[in-house]
Amino acid sequence: MAESDAAPTLPKKCGPYISSVTSHGMNLVIRGIVLFFIGVFLALVLNLLQIQRNVTLFPPDVITSIFSSAWWVPPCCGTASAVIGLLYPCMDKHLGEPHKFKREWSSVMRCVAVFVGINHASAKVDFANNIQLSLTLAALSIGLWWTFDRSRSGFGLGIGIAFLATLVSQFLVYNGVYQYTSPDFLYVRSWLPCIFFAGGITVGNIGRQLAMYECKVIAEKSHQD
Amino acid sequence: MTLTEKLREKISWAFYNHGLLCASYPIPIILFTGLCILACCYPLLKLPLPGTGPVEYSTPVKDYSPPPSEPGHQQGDPNERPDWYLGAPVAYIQQILVKATVSPWHKNFLAVDVFRSPLSRVFQLVEEIRNHALRDSSGIKSLEEVCLQVTDLLPTLKKLRDLLPEHGCLLLSPGNFWQNDREHFNADPDIIRTIHQHEPKTLQTSATLKDLLFGVPGKYSGVNLYNRKRVVSYAVTLALQQYDSRFLTSLRSRLKMLHPSPNCTLREEHVVHVHFKEEIGIAELIPLVTTYIILFAYIYFSTRKIDMVKSKWGLALAAVVTVLSSLLMSVGLCTLFGLTPTLNGGEIFPYLVVVIGLENVLVLTKSVVSTPVDLEVKLRIAQGLSNESWSIMKNMATELGIILIGYFTLVPAIQEFCLFAVVGLVSDFFLQMFFFTTVLSIDIRRMELADLNKRLPAEACMPPGKPASRAQRYERQPAMRPATPHTITLQPSSFRNLRLPKRLRVIYFFARTRLAQRLIMAGTVIWIGILVYTDPAGLRTYLTSHVTEQSPLGEAGLPPMPVPGGVLSAGDAQLALTVFPAEPVQLSENQTQQQQREPKEGLEANQQLWARGLEQQGSGHPESGSEAEVMWGAEDEEIWRKLSFRHWPALFSYYNITLAKRYISILPAIPVTLFLKPQEALEVRHPQEANRYHSFFPLSPGKLEALDQPGEALPKVQGHRDVTLYKVAALGLASGILLVLLLFCLYRVFCPKNYGQNGLSHSRRKRGDLPCDDYGYSPPETEIVPLVLRGHLMDIECLASDGMLLVSCCLVGQIRVWDAQTGDCLTVIPKQGLRRDSTGLYDSQEPWDQSPEPQNGLEDPFEGSHQLRRLLSSSQAPLFCDQPDLTSLIDTNFSEQTKAGGPEPRHRAACGRHRDPGYDFSSLVEKVYEEQSTSNCMNFASFSAPPGQVALCASRALSCGAGEGGCGARRRSLGEETFAGLDKSSPVSAWAGDVESSVWSLDLQGNLIVAGRSNGKLEVWDAIEGTLRCSDEEGQSGITALVFLNTRIVAARLNGSLDFFSLEAHSSFSHLQYRGTPSRTSIPTSPVCSSSDLILCQLTHTVSCAHQKPITALKAAAGRLVTGSQDHTLKVYRLEDSCCLFTLQGHSGAITAVYIDQTMGLASGGQDGAICLWDVLTGSRVSHMYAHRGDVTSLTCTTSCVISSGLDDVISIWDRSSGIKLYSIQQELGCGASLGVISDNLLVTGGQGCVSFWDIGYGDLLQTVYLGKSNEAQPARQILVLENAAIVCNFGSELSLVYVPSVLEKLD
Repeated sequence: MAESDAAPTLPKKCGPYISSVTSHGMNLVIRGIVLFFIGVFLALVLNLLQIQRNVTLFPPDVITSIFSSAWWVPPCCGTASAVIGLLYPCMDKHLGEPHKFKREWSSVMRCVAVFVGINHASAKVDFANNIQLSLTLAALSIGLWWTFDRSRSGFGLGIGIAFLATLVSQFLVYNGVYQYTSPDFLYVRSWLPCIFFAGGITVGNIGRQLAMYECKVIAEKSHQD
Repeated sequence: MTLTEKLREKISWAFYNHGLLCASYPIPIILFTGLCILACCYPLLKLPLPGTGPVEYSTPVKDYSPPPSEPGHQQGDPNERPDWYLGAPVAYIQQILVKATVSPWHKNFLAVDVFRSPLSRVFQLVEEIRNHALRDSSGIKSLEEVCLQVTDLLPTLKKLRDLLPEHGCLLLSPGNFWQNDREHFNADPDIIRTIHQHEPKTLQTSATLKDLLFGVPGKYSGVNLYNRKRVVSYAVTLALQQYDSRFLTSLRSRLKMLHPSPNCTLREEHVVHVHFKEEIGIAELIPLVTTYIILFAYIYFSTRKIDMVKSKWGLALAAVVTVLSSLLMSVGLCTLFGLTPTLNGGEIFPYLVVVIGLENVLVLTKSVVSTPVDLEVKLRIAQGLSNESWSIMKNMATELGIILIGYFTLVPAIQEFCLFAVVGLVSDFFLQMFFFTTVLSIDIRRMELADLNKRLPAEACMPPGKPASRAQRYERQPAMRPATPHTITLQPSSFRNLRLPKRLRVIYFFARTRLAQRLIMAGTVIWIGILVYTDPAGLRTYLTSHVTEQSPLGEAGLPPMPVPGGVLSAGDAQLALTVFPAEPVQLSENQTQQQQREPKEGLEANQQLWARGLEQQGSGHPESGSEAEVMWGAEDEEIWRKLSFRHWPALFSYYNITLAKRYISILPAIPVTLFLKPQEALEVRHPQEANRYHSFFPLSPGKLEALDQPGEALPKVQGHRDVTLYKVAALGLASGILLVLLLFCLYRVFCPKNYGQNGLSHSRRKRGDLPCDDYGYSPPETEIVPLVLRGHLMDIECLASDGMLLVSCCLVGQIRVWDAQTGDCLTVIPKQGLRRDSTGLYDSQEPWDQSPEPQNGLEDPFEGSHQLRRLLSSSQAPLFCDQPDLTSLIDTNFSEQTKAGGPEPRHRAACGRHRDPGYDFSSLVEKVYEEQSTSNCMNFASFSAPPGQVALCASRALSCGAGEGGCGARRRSLGEETFAGLDKSSPVSAWAGDVESSVWSLDLQGNLIVAGRSNGKLEVWDAIEGTLRCSDEEGQSGITALVFLNTRIVAARLNGSLDFFSLEAHSSFSHLQYRGTPSRTSIPTSPVCSSSDLILCQLTHTVSCAHQKPITALKAAAGRLVTGSQDHTLKVYRLEDSCCLFTLQGHSGAITAVYIDQTMGLASGGQDGAICLWDVLTGSRVSHMYAHRGDVTSLTCTTSCVISSGLDDVISIWDRSSGIKLYSIQQELGCGASLGVISDNLLVTGGQGCVSFWDIGYGDLLQTVYLGKSNEAQPARQILVLENAAIVCNFGSELSLVYVPSVLEKLD
């Protein structure tokens, strides 16, 4: 269960490409870095949540348990979140429909909190069976999208990300690069797509807000000049 | 009407009524809500407090048996028994508490002897316990059978492997430090280091190894080098798997027999069961902390949006209180109905807050705040509520729906969460409606009161987040000063503060120096320091222990440690032990007596100590040692309580046994007292220790006295500690009182009793009343005699200046040029010839008197001039057939039709040629001819022009003319008065209806005056000579505004078109001269054309349909031209090529004022009362403020502020970057638009015969200057700030020239 929301090979394919195409200079880089760290942080925290599901209390040493999963998982999550977070505003721009719905930091914070909450629920709550888990998580994820995004493009991208990421992680698992520590294999499989979807929506939300902020800063700067 | 709409209306109506209710009875409603909250939270009292502290439960040791593992067996006493007390405990803990002392004590013993020999006995004791076996009929039962068998330590605890038992009984004793091997102990040269080697260096709350092995808290063990009592205590801790009372009793009795405790008073009555809650590890804590951080970020970002209220923080607090108490209410209600929360409250709490959210609260605030300010508070609240009612209800329904869906997931945890959330949402809604709305109404009312106080102090209205900007402003001031072209200086703020009332000065002093904060901070630091120092476990012990451990010479400085010697005299060892008869089993009757005796003994011991200290000093040779006595007090009874509450969980966690949600039973300790002979102590002494440690009392008497000094001091230390305790208490009390007093003072200062009444008095300043600011402070009133520029007959309509010259134009179209320095009238255009008298005062009465009833006195005005008659007669023929042309003559703006022929050009040509238009009443004559039959102006208008234009004109007149500002005056001249004049045929109309047509716009540059006339003619006049240099007559529509910049003239016309002209001078030098002399550097590039030059005005470009409706505002700067029109839009043009860059949309009314400056900042104000700030580079709207009731009449900006005035006679000052209103100034009636900015810090506003100077940054009224007695009755309609720091005020037909520097110099 060590992996929480990684999309391991996705960034490797697209990362440099995207950044070379849409190189707006400094603010893009900064945005990417911020998103990267947000991704790493979320990965570590959510990883910890998943660990708790299986460990006993009084963990002997917490620090090691934070980094108990493979070392490359958090950086991958970070890269993935950077890519997704940059992809969302980019897509908005190309589609020509700027995202106007609830564009405030408070709403973004709410979104992140709900996302962590979904993770928390999936880690802490005991479900009767995996179908129930899947359905609940799917309902929650779609609720998240409806509450904070409501754009068709966001929904589509989220679905795509979830599909791709699940595919990649399953591929990795089948090839033995990575394996779940959980005895409950189906559990992971049932929640993974929903978590990926919710994560994509959340990171996209953050990315859009950051992009808006950067735009504002640029406008102000040029105004001052 | 559909069902939805009906519903919507009903909801809206209900909310409206509710808002009225809330705003009408705020206090009862808040009280009611508070009661509701308390009532709903009452069930929470029954819930256990959250926390991870262990819970205890005692049962008598007699007849103890482990509780059954099945609940419900013993329903008889459910009140006592906690629900966790089920099944066998994890372990029974048996402690054998050892107190050992060396007795009698010899003076030449070393410090280590205090604990070395007592510790050495532990091996023997452990051996005894380990080998104890119960022999009875059933056989032999050894300790191995009953004790808790432990396996491996956790793999991470390798370094403790030798110290903690593995694979056997869990039996802990200090002997574990030496692997339970006496040989190791004897070979150990430094016991203290061995003990302390595993102590953590950092501060930590969990159990340390020393505590674990000693079984008593470190400071009670007495294993240190200055143990005054010389009693060492430690415990052998034994964990048992099963409770075997006979085995334990036998162990107890055997140990007591072997090592009797003579004066032991321990009650061995109760088994204490300690239940440990689930403990939150760091691994769980990190996600929890993360969620809480996200929660706080959410709250922060949400509450940051609260704006435009009196107290931002208060409202934010109310919002948070609303959400939190709704959560509490939901938990309370759920508990009330029998739902016990099983979820971890701390974990789900942030999610609940996020789900419930602060949005509604913010939406409510925003909606209420954006209601019109002039409404009553009640109505504002009600209106705001009803505006948002639909969306609130919709959101609420949606959220409830989502949560209900969650309820059908059938997962118990989620269901419970949803249940809480639903109840929370409902109670949150209730609280929003009752609590928050009411708080909001109170807040808004406070703001209204503050508004009534007129000018808010700038400090109070500034957003709280920007205290730093004030300091910056202080610093920036001197830096800015050289940049301003004139010499106005504001006093430094300290001087200004001197004029404030005393209490405010004190407060400001406090605020400036941060005195209170610093005092409190210093007090806190001292307090903490004292606490840390006096804390027995604190810094002092730590420091001293370090010093003694590390310095080998430490012992030399150690004070001699006298022993509380008991009541007996020194030197009698045997007696000490026989004071209390040895009683193996204490009777309970004795206990109270003994305990009472103890303090007394303590006191006596102290006295004894004193006495003996003196005695020793006297004798100088203390040979004999003192006695030791081992006391068993009440504090020893359950000494494990003093251990860290993590002691037992930590111990068991080493063996991977969790105590979470389980319990252990702690059996009463077995007391063991060891008395050691001095010989024993000497025997076990390690050879190195003799060298390392000096003896307590070196034998040299010389040193003794020196060392006795601290010895005397010791009891003082005891007393000293008490004194510090009192000091701390006193300090705390004093600071508390101080704080209360301070708060009281602050309250009294900021919330005076006469809150509302105070403000009402100067809501409308009466004539003669002194203007004063919010502090009730009236600045000095001065009176100066300004230079009065008289000469105009009618109200002055246009004013323009370039610093040296001042050009004014009155309603009749007469242009006068004044010297801005001296006030002399230089030129009058058109030249009056005969009719100008020597004083320059135009003889105005004559023509007025000469115009009696128009019907019969038509001929009177024309007596002077043949020419006019000729003109009249020549024009009359076409007049009768060409009515629209007539309207152009009579100076209304209906003349858009381009019937260019007819007499009009000839008229103008005649006027231009002859320079003597005098008072041409031809138009009046014509009009009166026309008007014979019509009685009112509207009739006239309706047949003379398309009705749409009349309406337009009328609306213009209404919109702009309602105020008596300069703008209004002009429009009135167009509309109302013309109509009125026609209606009544009064002489006024005659003036307005000059053939020359009135001047609508005027600009001045260098010596050229550009005038735009109502008939569309553009004229360029020479200001000095008074000659017409050139004119352009192509446009037919009146020029409403024009801009003259360098050689470029832009004229905006009434029909919405825009003409770009360029001036070219053709002289002998064939190019324009530029005035470059340093003395007139104010406009270095303004062209000066000598009179010999021929100036050509060429139309370079025409934008025929720039706007759909008349252009009302025109400004140019930084190469950009901005037009504002009645069609609600603004357009930005590039000056060079007349290219339209942007069309700015955003106003919902006609544009009335525009401002643009060199920084490309653009501000616009409209009839909707809104101000928009734009970015000219991108064409985007930066901010949008609802500024005024009614039109925005004028607008100007400084580098940091936007200053606007409106028809509501209020001048508002806004922060330019954030769009936040800083404060507003209530103007006198009719002076609404009269304002001018002298420098970045100085604002001047007009009043009834006076001007007032304000400090823009602070909103302070600096001074009010009365401009002579004559002007007192007249409002200053217009203020123009000249570049040489003079102010021109427009008092109707007079101008006043005031020099500012002289004004401000008089302040001091």
